[in-house]
Amino acid sequence: MSKVTSMHDAVATAVDDGDSLYLAGFTHLIPFAAGHEIIRQGRTDLELIRATPDLIYDQLIAAGCARKVTFSWAGNPGVGSLPAFRRAAEEGYPTEIELEEYTHFGMIAALEAGASNLPFMPLRGFIGSDLPEHNDNIARVESPFDDDYVYAVAPIEPDVAVVRAQRADEDGNAHLWGIQGEVKLAALAADTVILSVEEQCSEETIRSDPNRTVITADEVDHVVVEPYGSHPSYAQGYYGRDNEAYLSWAETAADRDTVEAWLDEWVYGVDDRREYVEKLGTERILDLEPETAYATPVNMGEYR
Amino acid sequence: MTTDETETDTETETARERAYTNSELMVVAAARELESDDSVLVGIGKPNLACNVAKRTHAPELRMVYESGTIGSNPKTPPLSIGDPGLAAGALSIEPMRNGFNYYLQAGRLDVGFLGGAQIDRYGNINSTVIGDYDDPIVRLPGSGGACEIACHVDRTMIITPHTERRFPEEVDFITSPGYVDGREGREELGLDGGPEAVITDLGVYRFNDDGELYVDSLHPSATRDEIQSKTGWEIEFADDLQQTAEPTDEELRLIREELDPEELYTDQAE
Repeated sequence: MSKVTSMHDAVATAVDDGDSLYLAGFTHLIPFAAGHEIIRQGRTDLELIRATPDLIYDQLIAAGCARKVTFSWAGNPGVGSLPAFRRAAEEGYPTEIELEEYTHFGMIAALEAGASNLPFMPLRGFIGSDLPEHNDNIARVESPFDDDYVYAVAPIEPDVAVVRAQRADEDGNAHLWGIQGEVKLAALAADTVILSVEEQCSEETIRSDPNRTVITADEVDHVVVEPYGSHPSYAQGYYGRDNEAYLSWAETAADRDTVEAWLDEWVYGVDDRREYVEKLGTERILDLEPETAYATPVNMGEYR
Repeated sequence: MTTDETETDTETETARERAYTNSELMVVAAARELESDDSVLVGIGKPNLACNVAKRTHAPELRMVYESGTIGSNPKTPPLSIGDPGLAAGALSIEPMRNGFNYYLQAGRLDVGFLGGAQIDRYGNINSTVIGDYDDPIVRLPGSGGACEIACHVDRTMIITPHTERRFPEEVDFITSPGYVDGREGREELGLDGGPEAVITDLGVYRFNDDGELYVDSLHPSATRDEIQSKTGWEIEFADDLQQTAEPTDEELRLIREELDPEELYTDQAE
């Protein structure tokens, strides 16, 4: 049965005040459209979980949606820091936020514990670092077999994950190419999954190349077809990162007034992603389009 | 993220009079640390430039790996972040984040990693988490990302940073990424191999002695001992046979200016 719905309806159904939320994607395919819809619908008291909080969490924090941020690197990739995150962490504005901090591998291992239904995941990480002193979900454990030791992290199991991919069928089987990040783990670890894609395809297309399927339908609750839903981040082969937006965020978010004016214009001031894209304008969108470079087709064979 | 992007202008007046700048010299000095069969966990900015300079000069077999999971990247233009689409397109392989950290980094399959940070101390420990108290920070920095794992698991960590007084305290406010902790034995007791190999700044190239303590191995042509000491939070040692850092060759400068960073995103270039 088709799970295709609008972003408005998916968020209205799946996300409640107080939820823990993972908007996945390592620099690539970041669910900006979903983040903006959550802000528009006025969700509050959220635990925002994400290895790389990035601009989308800075916007959610600036809009007052967050009570906690669980993360491993909170910055503007290639640019600098996240002004709204820092204001919340340093001054408690617009909300106090609790921080739960990991390293990248620690964070991913915690997601994997959640995805695998395990009580913890061991890793060689955090060694020599001060981080374990500040996070009760990181513990040193001795090997049961020799005198070696590792660290363990408790599972991360978000209430809701929003993940993006290039294309999916109506059930939510999704093809993703380029950098995968933690997308699959986040989807597996979460109770409810919203899958947002650049375009809808047939099940036949999915079955023609099963190695490219990163998310399968059994993990997915809602499918949203949202072209340019990752702008200003990118979708491999569809559009590049709008670097101007990343560079200008440092100024936009520098103080409370300018960030609120930005939210008024680009989030509250549009009804949905389609209006947002129209507001961006054709020229800006086309400037981000890469030249075409197809992968060589593979022969899967026809077996009768 | 493996490198600090908030560097100040490292060019000095003296450098302007030369045929190259200190930021170009930093890139070249880092490139010379790399060998042709190394697998390198690269960062954005100068580390990326250094790897590309090395790959196109003395280290053609260098394998560039990024935290985002791209293996054997071969970017045509300077990447804007470690998750840039140009690092994925044309790579040998792309691993999910878990596999990159688990099978490549943790399992010891990477030789070199580049790091930056807000503070570096006398034992090469790096802070990229907070200035001040963790629970009541003066400045909340981005945090570890993969830096702690890189510092734990590669054989040779390279640190690239401008040398300012606030960046080189005797002891960091918070250990995000371990160097030699409190000396080489301190690192060994934790069960860690490898460790920081070199620190490359706008003033010189520094290494670590038998005790795991930082010393100055070579001075850049524009720098002095006094300048380094005045910007360092402890009495720093200088090598008995202190050298002058070798200057960039014409070919290295041509690569940086014409091919790798023509828009001066990550280097200041002499006229």
